[in-house]
Order: sequence, then C-alpha cells, then structure tokens
Amino acid sequence: MSREGYILTERDLRALAIGAALLGTGGGGNPYVGMLRTRTLMRAGAEVRIVPLDALPDDVAVGVVGGIGAPVVGVEKFEEGAECLRALRAVEAASRVTFGALISGEIGGANSMEPVITSAQSGLPVLDGDGMGRAFPEVQMSTFMIYGARPAPSAVADEKGNVVVYQQVLDMYWLETLARGTTVQMGAAAGFAIAPMRMDFVRRTAVPGTVTQAIALGHTILEARARRRDVIAEVCRAANARVFFTGKIVDVRRELIGGFARGKAVIAGADAWAGAQAEIAIQNENLVLWIDGEPAVIVPDLIMNLERDTGEPITTEMLRYGQRVAVIGLPAHDLLKTHAALKVVGPAAFGYPDLVYRPLTAEGAAA
Amino acid sequence: MIRIGIDVGGTNTDAVAMDGSRVLAGVKRATTEDVMSGVVAALAGILEAARLAPEAVDVVMIGTTHFTNAVVQRRDLARTAAVRLGLPATASLPPMVDWPEDLRDAIGNHAYLAHGGNEFDGRVIAPLDEAELVGIAADIRAKGIDTIAITAVFSPVSADCEQRAAAIFARELPDAHITLSSEIGRIGLLERENAAIMNACLRDLSAKVVDAFGRAVIGAGIRGRFFLTQNDGTLMEAEFAKRFPVLTFASGPTNSMRGAAFLSGVADAIVVDIGGTTTDVGSLHKGFPRQATIAVEVGGVRTNFRMPDVFSIGLGGGSRVVDGPGGITVGPTSVGYRIVNEALIFGGTTLTATDIEVAAGRTVLGDPSRVAHLDAGLLTRAQAKINAMLEDCVERSRLSPDPLPVIVVGGGSILVDGPIAGLQVVLPEHYAVANAVGAAIAQVSGEVDRVYALAEMTRDAALADAKAKATASAIAAGARPETIEIVDVEDVPLAYLPGNATRVRVKAVGELHVA
Repeated sequence: MSREGYILTERDLRALAIGAALLGTGGGGNPYVGMLRTRTLMRAGAEVRIVPLDALPDDVAVGVVGGIGAPVVGVEKFEEGAECLRALRAVEAASRVTFGALISGEIGGANSMEPVITSAQSGLPVLDGDGMGRAFPEVQMSTFMIYGARPAPSAVADEKGNVVVYQQVLDMYWLETLARGTTVQMGAAAGFAIAPMRMDFVRRTAVPGTVTQAIALGHTILEARARRRDVIAEVCRAANARVFFTGKIVDVRRELIGGFARGKAVIAGADAWAGAQAEIAIQNENLVLWIDGEPAVIVPDLIMNLERDTGEPITTEMLRYGQRVAVIGLPAHDLLKTHAALKVVGPAAFGYPDLVYRPLTAEGAAA
Repeated sequence: MIRIGIDVGGTNTDAVAMDGSRVLAGVKRATTEDVMSGVVAALAGILEAARLAPEAVDVVMIGTTHFTNAVVQRRDLARTAAVRLGLPATASLPPMVDWPEDLRDAIGNHAYLAHGGNEFDGRVIAPLDEAELVGIAADIRAKGIDTIAITAVFSPVSADCEQRAAAIFARELPDAHITLSSEIGRIGLLERENAAIMNACLRDLSAKVVDAFGRAVIGAGIRGRFFLTQNDGTLMEAEFAKRFPVLTFASGPTNSMRGAAFLSGVADAIVVDIGGTTTDVGSLHKGFPRQATIAVEVGGVRTNFRMPDVFSIGLGGGSRVVDGPGGITVGPTSVGYRIVNEALIFGGTTLTATDIEVAAGRTVLGDPSRVAHLDAGLLTRAQAKINAMLEDCVERSRLSPDPLPVIVVGGGSILVDGPIAGLQVVLPEHYAVANAVGAAIAQVSGEVDRVYALAEMTRDAALADAKAKATASAIAAGARPETIEIVDVEDVPLAYLPGNATRVRVKAVGELHVA
C-alpha cells in the first residue's frame, strides 16, 4: 500500500464487515449495523481514507474510538449516530489536542466500524491497524494500553446527549471500571474515545495492517461462496489458520458473571474427530479450546467457530444445540504474547490461572 | 383419524387424504388467481379420489406460500406505516434502510421515528410522547394508510411501550390493522422491525385469503377443524393466521421436506423439491429440515426467524427454455400455472422444460406430437443444462462427503433422470404431493417464553419447569401427550438484571389428537 492509502469503497466495506466478524473470535458484536451506518454516510457523499502506519508524522495525535457496552444491546438499541464523535470532541477539548487520525482499538466485530463512521463524519483518516488484531471484552486488553498509552482524558457519550469525561484516571483498569459503570447507567451502549496517542507510539504498538487484512479475509469468504469453493479451507489458506476440530454442538451453557457472558460449548466430534469431544470456554469471545480434555488453543491465540457448510462465523451468542461447526485456530500477533501482554490477555486474566499459555506455532499446533 | 392436507403453491394446489399414517390419495389442481377456486377444486378432487364423504374428514391443514410469494413478487401488499419508538436512540438508521428499493416503494416507504422504547433493564429511553404519536396518526390518516407496524426498542423485554402506542393509534385510527413487533420476533431491532412491517403489509391479503380458505372448507361440506401450517411445521388456528401471515413464510419448504421424509421413510437426506417455477433444495436431519443459522432473507429483506436452510433456483416444470446465441437457458422465468395453456404439449407456443422431457420420451403428458419436431441436439443440450443446474444445487446442500440419498419430490420431478451428482435418487410414492403430505402430518405445539430468576432456582429446575409448562400448553392445544417432544430449548441470561434473570424459551410439539 502506498503512503496515501486508499479510499474505502462500498464493496470493501461489505468485506470489512465479514472479515471483522471472523476476527471477532465469537465476540466483538455484529458489524452489520455499523456497516449500514457507514454505507448510509458514504451514499450521502462521505469519504473514508485508510492509511498505513508509516503515512503520518511522529507528532500527529491519534484517537481510538469505539462502542462500549453489551453486544446484544448494540443490535437492539443501536446508535443515534454521533456518540463516538461527541466523545472524541470532548477528549480534544479536555486534552487541548487536535486529532489528526483515528484507529480502531479492536478490529474484531463492531468496533472495526466505529472509527470508519467517525472518519466519515470528521474527515480524519483511519490507520491500517488496531490494538488487538481480534476482539477482547475489556478496555485494558489492547496493545496501546498494555504498552503504556495514557488512560486520560477519555470520554463516553450516550445517545441522549450525556458526555462524561474522565479527567484523571489512575490506570487502564480504572478506566475500564469507570467507563463500564457509566456505560451500564447509559443503557449498556455508548460511544467511547480514549486519550490522544502520538503517531510514533502507535507505529510501535499497533497490530499492523489489520483493516486491510479484514477486508482481504472478507473478499476471500465472499469469493469462495460465489465460486462454491470450500469456504473454511479458503479462510485457513488466506489467514494462515488451521482446522482444529469439526463436529456438532451438543450443549451450550451460559451464565452472567460480573456483566460478562461466560459459558461453555461442548462439541461432539465428526469426520477425523469422530468419537472425540471438544469444549470451548466462552467469555464474550472464544477463549480456550480443549480436545478430549487437553488444551489445544489458548487465548490470546484466536479461536473461531465457523458453520461447517457455509463458513459463516458463529458468534458466541448465536451458538445453539445441533449446529455443525468447524473450529479454526490462528496465532495471535507477537505483540500479544510478551510477558507484559500475557498478564493482561493471557489465560490467567480470564480466570484460568492453571492454564499455561503455549503459543500456536507457524504450523498451527500448540508447541 | 381422517386428515386432508393442502398445499397452495404458486403453480399448483395439491391435496392429500390420510387415514392415520396411510396416504389414501393425492390430487393436483392448478392454483387460480383468486386462490379459492383452486382450493375448492382440490378439495372436491381429493374427496372423490379417496372416496370420502365430507363428514368423514376430521381435520384440514393448509400450507401456503401465498404470502411469501406476495412479498417476493411485490404484489397485493398494503401501503404500510412503519413506526419506531426509540428516539433519540436508533436515529442513525431509519426503518426499511436495508430493503430492496422496489419493495420499499411497493409499500410506500412511510417511516416514522418517535420517542419511546426501553433500555435493556426496563428503564425508559424517553417517555412516550402522546402528542407526537397523535401527529403521526394524523399523517397516516391523511395518507389513507390503514395498516401500521409498531416496533419499540427492547420490546421483547417489555412490550408496554408498543402496547400503549397501539392504544393511541387504535383510538386515532379505529379501522387500522396494527402489528406489534413484540408479538412476532426476538431481540435484534432491524430484523424484528422488518418482520413486523412485512406482517403489516400482508394483513389485508391475509384476511381475504384465510377467509377464502375457510369458505372453501365449509363449501366442501367438511365440518372438521381447519388449520394453517407455520414456519416450524406446526399448526395455527385461522384467526391467528390472519393476524400473523408472516409466520407462514417458511411453511412451504418445511412441509415439503417433512413430507419427503415421511413418504420415503428416509430421515437423513437431501431433498429436492421441483415445482412449476422453482426448485428448492435443503437437507434433512433426523426427519427435520436443517435450520439456517444466519439471518434469513425473504424477498431480499433480512429477518431473524428460524427457517429451514433452503437454496432455491429458478428451475421447474414450467421453466421457459430459450436457445439463444449465448447458449441454452432454462428458467428462471416460467409460465407457472399457465403451463396448461402455454406449453407446446398443451397447444401453447412456449417451449418449457416439460416439453423437453416429453419430446425426449422420458414422460408421457399432453400431446407428444406437438413436440415431435424439436431438434435432437436441442433436447440433449437442454437436458444437460437441467442436470447441471440440479447437480449444482445438490452439491451446495451437501453437508459432508457421505453419500446421502437425494429424495426428489414435487410436480416437476419428471425433470430428474438418474442419479444427481453421483448420489442415489429416491422418488417416493405420492412424490408429486409431498408438500400436502407435510401439511397433513403437521403437529401441534406449545411454547413457553418467560423470565426465571436463577437466584431462586437452578438452571436445570428452571428448564424442567419451562418444559413441563410447554408440554401442558401443547396438550391444551390438542396434542396427544404420549407423542410430545421438546424440540427447542433456548436460555438467554439478561445482562445486569438483579437475581441472575434468564429468559427461557421452550417449544414442545406433539401429534394432533382428534377425538
């Protein structure tokens, strides 16, 4: 990609929504509503430019915008429209910094779309990268926060016109706690903008190229479907992923602990895995895959459930008894595997202190 | 028990009579523009073919694709007002935003956003504004619209806002039909709203059509009960069907697949249903259609109904065959029910897929001399094209490399000759009327949808309680207790509510008991 980047087309937008849903690893919310909102803005004449991480000078201020709240609320009480923009403007006012670019904190799921929407409204370019390379449930679980981005001033804005600015916040965990609490009071869906980051910091800490990666994955899926090819095989080839299990969902248990949907899906094996049984731990996203009791893929590596015949990504809330699925695994970016990162996004951070993270190797097997 | 099952398709109206699990007879009549005379003819035909006195019939079940076809073909749809309650939330996307333009135009694109709706926990987003709704009602009246779909944010959690708005509209517009989204769908505002709007625009048509069905049954001298079949293959009363025509949307494929399983005795298979205009292909798992896991589109509109995962192509007995410079095409246009006048073998002037089969000597129908002149090369190419189309959609519906059988049903089954994609083909007895058989064997359901506080009981105890209540409700609706099965269980925790509240939906189905 040249330094000028490229203008997002409606065709790319559709692919982005599909690829982002896949990278959501079962969570992150559905990008469909965000895709429609962007399309509406684009059809009214707005333009969105995606630029590479090396396009802008070091001192440009970069803003992270995204939705915060429960994904199920996002498909029911969707946005008034300018929540993220109001939060962004509030952070600018509080920090006396003018933003020069936007970046997604989370490419997986609905938050792939919010920077694109805010870009269409503000004219700011969107950087090709994000803070996760996937989806995670909490604010501190981004490479930006892990590697030292300032947590304040940040802001949340609701659809009614309320904007709450966090002027001083001790650390990223407090930002998560405070923003989450306000969001629940706002109806469990709000626009969120985080304190400005310098471009040179973002260049070092962002998972690079993920907007383009999501678009490419989306085109791979659309094309495989159109040509009636094996979608799962094509996705694995395009993403350097591997099928770890195929079978039928035989039980899905869910409960809500501390506002997060935790649960477990049990899969009875089929094909090469006939007779075997797999379990997937869920906390909004897919976290751990066990096959016959042995951990096979562990967070932060990516675990994705795809419908076996269509290759459609299945979100954790759509998991149902009887679905036939293929479970694919994909190594996370190296920025998520350092000692500092694993403290925040490793298995212990999700309540599995006894699990030792073993990264997927390039061949795809747990080493 | 004597049952008559009727399937009203776009081309044919089929009927079967069954005594218990035995098919006594099946007949096929043309669907008529007025729908009713086709049903009258099919009823008269089946009573005669099965040598039944009308008084002997215990129950009539009608499955129809009429409402789906009305949406797909954008005809007989009422101009509809879509009212959403949720402002200031949801202002970024108006109702019908992702609809095909021609369908939106067909019902007038009358969308209204107003204040109201609830948060996930039941708090109000904004109070309902009576003056605002009265103003909208005045606009609706001025436009002469008489059917309204009301959708409020989070109405599946609290229907109060929709109900209060409905009361205001009913007072302002006493003759209007009102559809509430909370009566139809689940969480997912755009999809539920879409379903409510489609239901609303079909209300005029459904009143007419369901009444016509009732008159046809009574006119035939039948005194037994009369039901329509819904999406999941279970029955609904006529009055209910009039109010909720949208619940019949998937009943066509469901009936044909359940009928195919029943007639063939094969529970795991791919079902190919070839009609006059289209071929539907789906897969059968333990006797039930495999459900789509993604949002299903009807006429280009996204819904969140549970529906069979069916792939349709424009191939049927009435498909037009055109040998053009770009190669031969079969379908997607069809002469439909006019085949009896327009196909060559019936003295018409249109070359159809059926003419090809008759000319090739694969079936005897009409007057074969009228197609004797067709070029042998044309016949070979047309048949190769038909085979390729069938192979393509069967391959698409295969779930695994396992050599599952293909059950072929429907009036257009004459298009199939030998294995499809190397898979064994089963052509069951009464294949031409499998849809009607599926309607005749439709079951009775009971559903529970309520919130349990899991702080007070375990999940297992809550599920057991819901299953018992669903079973009791199925028995109350007329199911035989020993046949009842729990077919659907769904428990969704409601975030951030005190007491670990969980919404549980359970559906029980059983066979209809007729005394």
